[in-house]
This record gives sequence, structure tokens and C-alpha cells, in this order.
Amino acid sequence: MTEPLLCVRDLRVGFVTETGRVQAADGVSFDVAPGEVLAIVGESGSGKSVTAQTIIGLTRSPNSRIAGSVRLRGAELIDAGDDELRKVRGEQIGMVFQDPMTSFNPVYRVGRQIVEAVRAHRRDIGNSEAREIAVEMLDSVGIPDPAQRIDDYPHEFSGGMRQRAMIAMALALEPELLIADEPTTALDVTVQAQILALLERLNRERGLATILITHDLGVVAEVADRVLVMYAGRVVEQGTLDEIFYDPQHPYTWGLLGSLTRIDRDRPERLPQISGAPPSLQSLPQGCPFRPRCPHEFDRCPELPGLDARLAEAPAHLDRCWLEPEEKRELRQVEGQIGLEAPK
Amino acid sequence: MAPESIAATGLAGAGPWRLGLRRLRSNRVALASLGLFALIVVFVLAAPLWADHVAETGPNKTHTLQKIEVDGEKRDVVNPEGKPIGPVWLGAGGKFFLGADSRLGRDEMVRLMYGGRTSLFIGIVSGLLTTALATLLALLSGYFRGWTDTVISRAMDVIWAFPVLLFAIALGLVLAVGGLQIGPLHLSGGSIWIPILIIGVVMVPYMARPIRGEVLSLREKEFVESAIAQGAGTVRIMFSEILPNLISTIIVFFTLNIAANMLLESALSFLGVGVQAPNASWGTMIATGNNLISSAPLLTIIPGTMILLTVLSLNVFGDGLRDALDPKSKVRFEAHSGLSAPEGSETIGGLTP
Amino acid sequence: MARFVVRRLIGMVAVLFAVSVLTFLVFNVIPNSDPAQRMAGRAAKPELIATINEEWGFEDPLPQQYLTMMGKVFSGDLVSYKGRENVEERIVEGIPATVSLCLGAAVIWLFFGILFGYLSAVRAGGLLDRGLTVLAVTGISMPVFWLAAIFLNYLTYKTEIFPSGEYVEFTTDPLEWANHLILPWITLAILYVGFYSRVLRSSMLDVMNEDYVRTARAKGLSERRVMSRHVMRNSLIPIVTLFGLDFGALLGGAILIEAIFSLNGVGQYAYESLQSLDLPPIMAIVLYGAFFVVLLNTLVDIAYAYLDPRIRLGTSAQ
Repeated sequence: MTEPLLCVRDLRVGFVTETGRVQAADGVSFDVAPGEVLAIVGESGSGKSVTAQTIIGLTRSPNSRIAGSVRLRGAELIDAGDDELRKVRGEQIGMVFQDPMTSFNPVYRVGRQIVEAVRAHRRDIGNSEAREIAVEMLDSVGIPDPAQRIDDYPHEFSGGMRQRAMIAMALALEPELLIADEPTTALDVTVQAQILALLERLNRERGLATILITHDLGVVAEVADRVLVMYAGRVVEQGTLDEIFYDPQHPYTWGLLGSLTRIDRDRPERLPQISGAPPSLQSLPQGCPFRPRCPHEFDRCPELPGLDARLAEAPAHLDRCWLEPEEKRELRQVEGQIGLEAPK
Repeated sequence: MAPESIAATGLAGAGPWRLGLRRLRSNRVALASLGLFALIVVFVLAAPLWADHVAETGPNKTHTLQKIEVDGEKRDVVNPEGKPIGPVWLGAGGKFFLGADSRLGRDEMVRLMYGGRTSLFIGIVSGLLTTALATLLALLSGYFRGWTDTVISRAMDVIWAFPVLLFAIALGLVLAVGGLQIGPLHLSGGSIWIPILIIGVVMVPYMARPIRGEVLSLREKEFVESAIAQGAGTVRIMFSEILPNLISTIIVFFTLNIAANMLLESALSFLGVGVQAPNASWGTMIATGNNLISSAPLLTIIPGTMILLTVLSLNVFGDGLRDALDPKSKVRFEAHSGLSAPEGSETIGGLTP
Repeated sequence: MARFVVRRLIGMVAVLFAVSVLTFLVFNVIPNSDPAQRMAGRAAKPELIATINEEWGFEDPLPQQYLTMMGKVFSGDLVSYKGRENVEERIVEGIPATVSLCLGAAVIWLFFGILFGYLSAVRAGGLLDRGLTVLAVTGISMPVFWLAAIFLNYLTYKTEIFPSGEYVEFTTDPLEWANHLILPWITLAILYVGFYSRVLRSSMLDVMNEDYVRTARAKGLSERRVMSRHVMRNSLIPIVTLFGLDFGALLGGAILIEAIFSLNGVGQYAYESLQSLDLPPIMAIVLYGAFFVVLLNTLVDIAYAYLDPRIRLGTSAQ
């Protein structure tokens, strides 16, 4: 069993606000193997972005309370000093954000921003050499005419091209891990597919491990090896892509799958959705946080389920639901497909 | 959905007003400032009480040749060299508490209180004028856009082109002599309404521009579209949909504007083109005191300090109000000679020294 | 970009024209008294009033009057009746003092304003921030002429730390030039430092929350570089534009400061004319002041467009 690249254990991130303390991530644990694509899925407020950003220390602030462990090849990042963290960022872990328009500085040319990233870590690389690297990177992410476009400003790129440029910048120093925080959410559907294809290719050709954050399970199906489903700051299910899609164990996952529109099925009469709304992190229900929206709630639910493997044949497939596996297989079938009804 | 009635929103759970009020209540500095301002208002309102019962004189009554009894001793109100008596405090039962104001021997404390009334009155009323005009123009300009907007904005730009103080001075100068006559409106040169009008009008562009910016962005919001789709008329949309959303900005601006206007009035009065004799304001008192600054510095320090305290309390409270009602607000009004910065941070201003 | 500049310059001329018309209206049309009388003064002889009437053509129709007035201003022929001197010459004489005052104060207020704003922003919420905010708000809440009068009294008359006003030519004696200007510089700067530090602070706090600053950190840039290259560069843009406008307005004559410190600049000329209710100089100074405001306003718009490539190049590919 190869040594995991990234090892997250019991990560907890809280924020102190004027109305009290909010626990954005509560006990998140996962591994990322070299070359693996891990998808973290959840609605807004599920804690997925916070988890991702905390890995490279972006959530450190006077208001934040961070605990747990994040190890990159054994080196602890949670309490790493600023200098250590700085070395990791960009060189060992690259990060891409949701909105490429606001994520680039509008007053500097794109090439210059990539060069800046390179030279921040490798003082030995001169300006012209760094520019060549930038051109190569833009080319490798599929931007046509990169030698010209390197001197363009961010607003001169189209949305999809901009995101590609962002990915190029994140990978300029050839990090082993890329964290992509909702990379396609701000893009048109057709462009989304292109970006996902790019990520898939980069993963395949370079063995680039990727953490892909998204709220869209459809996106996940294209690229991911393993999936983490988060809800209200906790992981509620994790497993391989096949396990999640074909044998999902948590009602929330059923809801997510059920709300996917599938080309290979008949169109449902009503657009299915998970009823209710994500809970406010300041007033979580007792026990399982999904209770208010779950039609299968029963008397064990007020006790918070642990994230455990409940299937003998799939020891790495974990979930947080007290229901018995046989019950789950039955209950998740709604009108012939996997889905979730409204609670009564 | 725009609140049809602000009160209704406040009642249904934590509406924006409730939240704002709660935030404000927890901002002790802002509350202290409001308290200070209230104290000052009470102080100036008490003018007739003090004048009649304690000092037993009026703001314009001269006592040049008189003597008063201070702690048993008889002293000149104005000594033979022309120097007025310094603060007597309670030595004469409250008369000439802060001393006399000049060779004319007027009671400085009484003048301070009455002068304060003038200054506050001008500041607040001109503030109302500026706010009303600016809001109206901004609504018209931002909502209708097109030609209306062009005309109004260009007119604002032209006024904006004049350094505020110079423009106000020019207006003050020409109107102080002959007064103003527009149709049925006739104001004599010494009327207190002249500085009110001048200050009120001159400050309009600085408030209108940021409000216009907000109207422009509110106009694009969905609730306006849905109101139009429901067939609501223009006037109704402007007043029932857009205006309520502007109110918190307007209130903040109004507060800060009073501060800016008071500073402008003091400058104009100091220069002699604001409040005219026999009226007095804190600004005119600084001018009077300035003539005697080496021998009686308090006569200059005190009125200026009153202005400072009043303006400071308004500024701090205004900031607190803004933080409470809209903490993410990027729209700014500063009581000073900032002129606009395009887009980004809109600042508006007051006074060029 | 060139087209943008040309458009702005045309706009500038248009505004200046409107400004001149408004000035004309303010001085000759709005007030309720006889214009010639106003110009001549309260105790003027009838012959003087008649002369003025002729020279300025107050009997003529309004547009004609406007042209006459503009003619006088532009031909350098504007004469003050009370001061018996050529207005424009006097204004030109006053420019070195005014410019010296403005430049010196500007250097001071920019330096301290930016410094305090920066310190406030990076330690937002802390004691230093709060202290600086208190100072800043106090600075912008006081009547500047009052502060000047008090400084003059205590630092000049009473203790003679600083010389009393009077402008000394730079060419005559640079040290004295500075010596006589220090107190006015400081007094003027206090107001602006307060304001600018608050503007920078709020601008920096906004920028520090922007996505591209997060990206810069995620790239592994040092905090110093994040601050200087990304935060400051973008935070200073509003300061630059604001400065242009304030400086322009100030060039119009810092009337109050110049008067109190007797600095013999354009502002003091305005003050003296005010005292004697002398209209032609005020008219000229108002035009002169407005000219600088509009000029700098235009320069600032152009500079802003240059600084922001989105405007400079136009938003193209989407």
C-alpha cells in the first residue's frame, strides 16, 4: 500500500462570529494517494471549501480555531510556520479557485502573474526562463497561441480560457497535488466539460493528485476515483466512485443522486430535489444533522452516528447512518431509481 | 421583495432594521457620541433659560461700561484698555460665566448658547435641504437614466467643479449684500436662510453622486423588475420599492452631512460671508475671538471646541450608524473636502480649507 | 486610449464653459442689486458706477454681458476697482506661495496618511488602529482655520517656535522659505492626513478580502510581496484619484490658511477681496479655482483609465 500523499485526520475548523461560534468543519478525515482524484461533494455551507482552504492554511485568521492534523508526505501543516507554509503553497500543492475573473489580479498581465508564482519559489530562474515556463504551461492547458496571450490581461480571456490559465499558474511549479475549489461552477456548461477533461488529462498524464471540490455529482462522475460527501461540516459518506454511485449508503447521497438529471432514464414528472434547506451551522439539530430533511428518520437518529464501515465487503466505504444495509438498499429505491422522498 | 412597510419587516423575526438596531446598541462608542450630541443640543436649547434666569442678559446686549461683582470685588466688564473680563465662572452667580466676548462686553456664555442654536439650526436645516434635493435628483437621474441622467449629472459636475468653499463664499458674498429674490421668494441679505440655502445647495452634488450609484444598482435588482411586470407605475416604483432600500444610506449621509455643513458654515461665518450680524454663530464667535487671541485665547478656543465636539460626535455616530445598518457598504460620505473617486470607493466631501 | 483622452479633453472644455456661465450668473444675475453698484462698493461715487456700467456693459443683453466679462478675463484686463490693480497680475504673483503651501502640505499628508492608513489596516481592530482612527476622526472634525489660529497663537506669538507667517521666496532663502511654511504645512496636513488614512484603511481592507489576494497567498508569495504588489497597488488607486482632486481644489487657494498665516498667495488675495467686498478678484479667483479642479479632475480620469487596464484597453473578449 503506497504511502498516502496527503493525510488529513480529524480536521476541525471553527470561526468566531458576532453571533457565536460556528463549526464549519468537524472531524474531517481522509487520505489522498499519489495520482488519485478525490472529489469532495456537498451543498454550500457543508464545509468542503473550508476544509480545502485549511489544508494550505488559507483560513488562518484571528477569528479561526483550527485543530487536527494535515500531513503532506509526513510533514505536519496545521501548525507549520509561515515560511514552511509558503514553501508548500504553489510548489507542492497548487490551488485553483472558483471564479477565475476575480482570482486574477485585474491590473497585471496573466504572464506576469505566472512568472511571479514561479520566481517566488525559484529565485534561481531568471525572468526570461520563467516566461518560457509560463508559455509552456499555457500551452499544456490548451490555450491557443500562448506566446501572444501570455501578455494579455485577465479580462481579455474568455471564462474557460481564464480558468485554464489559472490551472496553468497553479501547476507552473509542478506540484504533486492540485486542489480545485469548484473550478467549473462559474463557467458555462459546455466549458465545464472542457475543464473537467483537462483536469482528467492532467491527472492521467502527470500523475497529478487532485482534490476536486464541487456541489455537482455530475461533475464528479467524470473525473473522480474516490468521493467524500460532506454535510453540515461533517463527512457523511466516503468511498470509491462506483461504491458511491451504485451502492450509496447515506440518505443525503441518495438525495444528491436522485436530483441528477440522467440522459439514460425517462424524464421524471417533477424535478426531484432534496426538500428543505441546509441547516444553519449555528443551530444544528441533536445527533444526525440530516434528520430534518430525512424521511427515514427513526429512534436511533438523535445519537450522532459515527463514520464507520458498515459493509463487510467494502471496508473502505464509510458512512454515518444508523440504518441497516438491507434497509438502505430498499429505502433508497424511489420510483425505480435511487432517490430520496420528502420527509412526512 | 421590498418591504412594503419597514415596521412589518421588523416585526417578522430579525428584519434588517432590528438587526441594525441591535448592532448599533452594542456599539458603545457610537452611543456615547449620540449622547454627546444630545447633550450639546440640550445645552443650546437651554439658552433662554440661562440667559433669563442666570446671566440675566441677552446675546446681543452690550455691557461695556458696566461693572460686576465677582466674589465680593467689583470689576470692569471691559477694562480701560479694551480687554474683556475673563471667565468669572460662578463668581458672579453665573453672569459672565465664560467672561465677556469683546470690547462690546457681551456675555460669552449666553452668546455661546445662542450661537450654538444658530450653528445647529443651519447645520440641520441645510442638511435636510441637501438630503432632500440630493435624493430627489439621484432618484430621477438613476432611475430614468438617458437624457435626464445626463442633464442632471452634468449640472452636478459643474457645481462640483468649484472648490466648495470658494463657491459658497462667492454665493455668500453676492447674496449677503442685496439678498435674494426669486419670484415670490424674497430674502434679505442678513437672513439666516441665505447661508442655509447656499450650504444646502452647494453640498448637493457630493451626496447625489453616491446615492445615484446606489439607485443605479438597485434598479437592476429583481424586485424592481417584478414590480414593473406587475404593472406598477414609475412613481410608485421609485417611492415604494427603491426609496425604502435607500433609507439606511440616506440616514447615514444625512448625519455626516450635518457635520460637514456645520464646518462649512463656520468657515463662511468666520470669513464674514455666512451668518451676518446681529445673528451670531460659533463661526462668527471664532472670528470675534481671533481679534483678541493673544490676550484672551479662550474666546477663540471655546467656540471652536464646541464645533469640534459637535462635528466629532456626528461623525462618530454616523460611522457607527453605517456599520450597524450596512456593514458591507462601499458607498462613503466623508465630512471633508474629498471629492469623488470614480467607481470603487465613492467619497463625497465638504470643505476646502 | 487616445480616443478616451480626446473625449475627456472635450468634456473638460465643455465643463469649463458651463463653469464660466455659472460664474457669470452667480455674480451678475442672481443677486438682487445693481451689478455696477455691487462692484463699486457701498460708498462709491456715481461717476465710478457709471464707468463700471460702461466698461462691463450692464445695460446690454445678458449674452453680451457674458462675452464682455469673458473678454476681460481672458485679455488680462480685469481690474479691481477698490484695489486699483490688475487682478490677473496679482493672482500670478500669488501663485508661488499657494503652490509652495500646497506641495509641502501634500507631501506631508500623503506620507503620513498612507503610513497611518497602512498601519491601521494591517492591524485592523487592534489598539493602534483604534488610536489612529480616533486621531483621524478628530482631525477631520475640527475647523481648520480655528486650529491654525490656535497654532499661530501658541506656537508663534507665545513661544516663538515658528515664525509668524509671511512668505519667503524660495529663490531668496530656501531655509527661511521652509521655516515660514512648516506650521501652515502641518496645519493643512492634519485635516487631510485624517481623511486619507481612513480612505486607505478602508480601501486596503476591501482589497485584502479580494479573491486575487487569496490567490497570491495560495501561490506561496511572501506576505511582503502580497502586500506590496497586490494589496497596495490596488488600494492606492482610489488614493491617487482622490489626491488629484483634492490637490486641484487646494490650488484654488487655501483661503483660510493663507489668510491666517499671511502667506500672500492667491488665497490671501481672495480673503482680502472678501473683506473689502471687492468682486472682480473673487470672480477671477473662482474661475481660476474651478479651472484647476476641472483640469485635475480630467487628468485624474485619464490617469485612472491608465492604471486600470480594463478601462484602458476596453473590455474585449468575453
